Amino acid sequence: MADLTLRNVKKAYGNLYTLHGIDLDIQSGEFIVFVGPSGCGKSTLLRTIAGLEEITSGELKIAGEVVNDVPPSKRGIAMVFQSYALYPHMTVYDNMAFSMRIARESKAEIDKRVRNAAEILQLTKMLDRLPKAMSGGQRQRVAIGRAIVRNPKVFLFDEPLSNLDAALRVATRIEIAKLKESMPNTTMIYVTHDQVEAMTLADRIVVLKEGRIEQVGSPMELYKHPGNLFVAQFIGSPAMNILPATLSKPGMPTEVDVFGRKIAVPVSTSGASAGSTISFGVRPEDLSLAGGDNVLFEGAIDYIEQLGEVQLVYVDIGRPNEPIVAKLPGNASVQRGSTIRLSADAGDLHIFDDNGLSFARPREEAKAA
Amino acid sequence: MSQASGKSAGKSFLGRFGIHIAVFFFVAVWTIPTLGILVSSLRDKDQIIASGWWNSFAGSVQTENGRLPPASAQQEKDGKFVIEGNLFEQPGGREISAFGTRAVAPTEFPAGAVAELKDGVTLRVNADGGFVLASPVAFEGDRGQRVYYAATTPPRFTTENYQSVLFSEGIGRSFINSLTVTIPATVIPIMIAAFAAYALAWMRFPGRALIIAVIIGLLVVPLQMALIPLLQLYNGVGAFFGVPSKTYLGIWLAHTGFGLPFAIYLLRSYMAGLPRELMESARIDGASDFEIFIKIVLPLSFPVLASFAIFQFLWVWNDLLVAMVFLGSSADQLVLTGRLNALLGSRGGDWEILTTSAFVTIIVPLIVFFSLQRYFVRGLLAGSVKGG
Repeated sequence: MADLTLRNVKKAYGNLYTLHGIDLDIQSGEFIVFVGPSGCGKSTLLRTIAGLEEITSGELKIAGEVVNDVPPSKRGIAMVFQSYALYPHMTVYDNMAFSMRIARESKAEIDKRVRNAAEILQLTKMLDRLPKAMSGGQRQRVAIGRAIVRNPKVFLFDEPLSNLDAALRVATRIEIAKLKESMPNTTMIYVTHDQVEAMTLADRIVVLKEGRIEQVGSPMELYKHPGNLFVAQFIGSPAMNILPATLSKPGMPTEVDVFGRKIAVPVSTSGASAGSTISFGVRPEDLSLAGGDNVLFEGAIDYIEQLGEVQLVYVDIGRPNEPIVAKLPGNASVQRGSTIRLSADAGDLHIFDDNGLSFARPREEAKAA
Repeated sequence: MSQASGKSAGKSFLGRFGIHIAVFFFVAVWTIPTLGILVSSLRDKDQIIASGWWNSFAGSVQTENGRLPPASAQQEKDGKFVIEGNLFEQPGGREISAFGTRAVAPTEFPAGAVAELKDGVTLRVNADGGFVLASPVAFEGDRGQRVYYAATTPPRFTTENYQSVLFSEGIGRSFINSLTVTIPATVIPIMIAAFAAYALAWMRFPGRALIIAVIIGLLVVPLQMALIPLLQLYNGVGAFFGVPSKTYLGIWLAHTGFGLPFAIYLLRSYMAGLPRELMESARIDGASDFEIFIKIVLPLSFPVLASFAIFQFLWVWNDLLVAMVFLGSSADQLVLTGRLNALLGSRGGDWEILTTSAFVTIIVPLIVFFSLQRYFVRGLLAGSVKGG
């Protein structure tokens, strides 16, 4: 019903392109998260969908209808802003009723929908308050309520949690997840730079960089099978360890040479030439203390960050100032300065070609076919 | 307020002391003349001449003269002929400090002393006005002895000045004329400028930057330069429509024109500072530009509308030049400033008239300022965005 389709959508300010041809299909009822570093164009993309920015070229369809030139209010969308954008001189009730009053709905209908939204968001007792008499979290709920009463086909969230403190952010994140569950047919598009929000909320994540889509996929897909170096390093914290390597034997499985250590990676590299430069990646949390002789890395511990539950161990493997990071259990007995041996499951190793693209794994090839 | 005190608390004692001294100085410079005008306007006109307003609560000393009763009032007592009585009709109200019998020395003797007059006649005047004139021989003649005395008068405050100024000097009529000029000349530019400011701040159209530049350029055009050409233009257009040259409509339009550049500039700067998300949110909610302006921008701009209203009101109220050019000098068109100017010429020595007129003139600006001044400080934006 409310499918959203973007076809080669471009946005330019003068000659400066901030979106370079976005293609994206969003199914009705999906929770999509746009994520990326600052300046990647994720907010611009959202504002383009909202109609606050004009599309320079390309096509945007909502529910099968081209809406390039349709004003925001007629697109069936509602938006929650980072700064809440509550009307400061109006009470909570009036804030939520504003759009319906503009649309000249009947008083009874307005009252019904406002009270319903207030009920969902536990704002019933605060309907007479002004925004300035509310806390940040409450204001955010009012902003969401203002979106709910419009009964939109598509919800747009522009970094809605970034003005909240850490504890409230977690609570509100869960509230948004529950809100989505209670409205299964509503499409939600959510912009954030926080990968935790992206991972926890999304059905599918869209990773953007410099106005281009890097990868689209479910959170676990992005985590397990990053399509390129950027996604590999962007998703996951701390970031994936990336080491330069050479392809010593292409094929399946591939053999790579990392700092003189031959490692077999169960990824097909048929077609690549032996001796070519590649990147080898392994996530800190996939590294563990080596028990036997299956050793991936060996080196002196440079520094330890103890977080209680886990500890981040920085291991010097011979690259000056670029230690690799391993996430080991908090109770593992490691000492600064001592030599450590680390290993990883062959299935958790990643290799990328010299363009930064991931060599496809067998499973993914099957999926793509 | 708390911020300001927090800041000054960080400074040295000397710095704070300096600030307090400076504040006190400016408050004194501003308040004392105003107070002087107010006090003077409420005093009796004879007392204004006798002493300054800062002495008004102490009472004033006035030298007066009177004549004692004639010889027929004399009585014989202990071989002397005596005339007794009181100089005041109602004893007790005033007090005599000195007296005399010659015009060249009206305060020759202190009160209660016995003055030796010629032929053995003695005169004693007490502080309460009681006198005893004694003579060894009988008084003769119908004219009593002349007496000069310095009498202190208790302070007298009155609203008579206001009555005479408002009802017989024409200030009341001029007051109404001034209001007739000022209120529309304040409201009209605000209404026009608010629309213009919104358009220039939030609507996209070609040539917008140019219009803003022109308006800012108009800020520096001196009023005196445009005044006479404007009058000629107005008269020309007026003649075409058969409108007389000096009307209230004319001065409203003139003040509107002269006030608009500043009004648009001030309002635009403020409106452009409103959070963009508010407009976008309203647009998503389906509001048109007109609805955004009326329902969101206008209520939020109230502080700046109020501060411009103060500026424009005070400027128009105190204006003499534009009023002299665009309005006549007949009683039904003469504004307060013009009337004050005329009074300075015709009643220049009558301080009770001048101070009262001056106070009538400043009372309205004072009321306007004190009733709207909180909008200078207060921001209405609290709560709309984080930290706001």
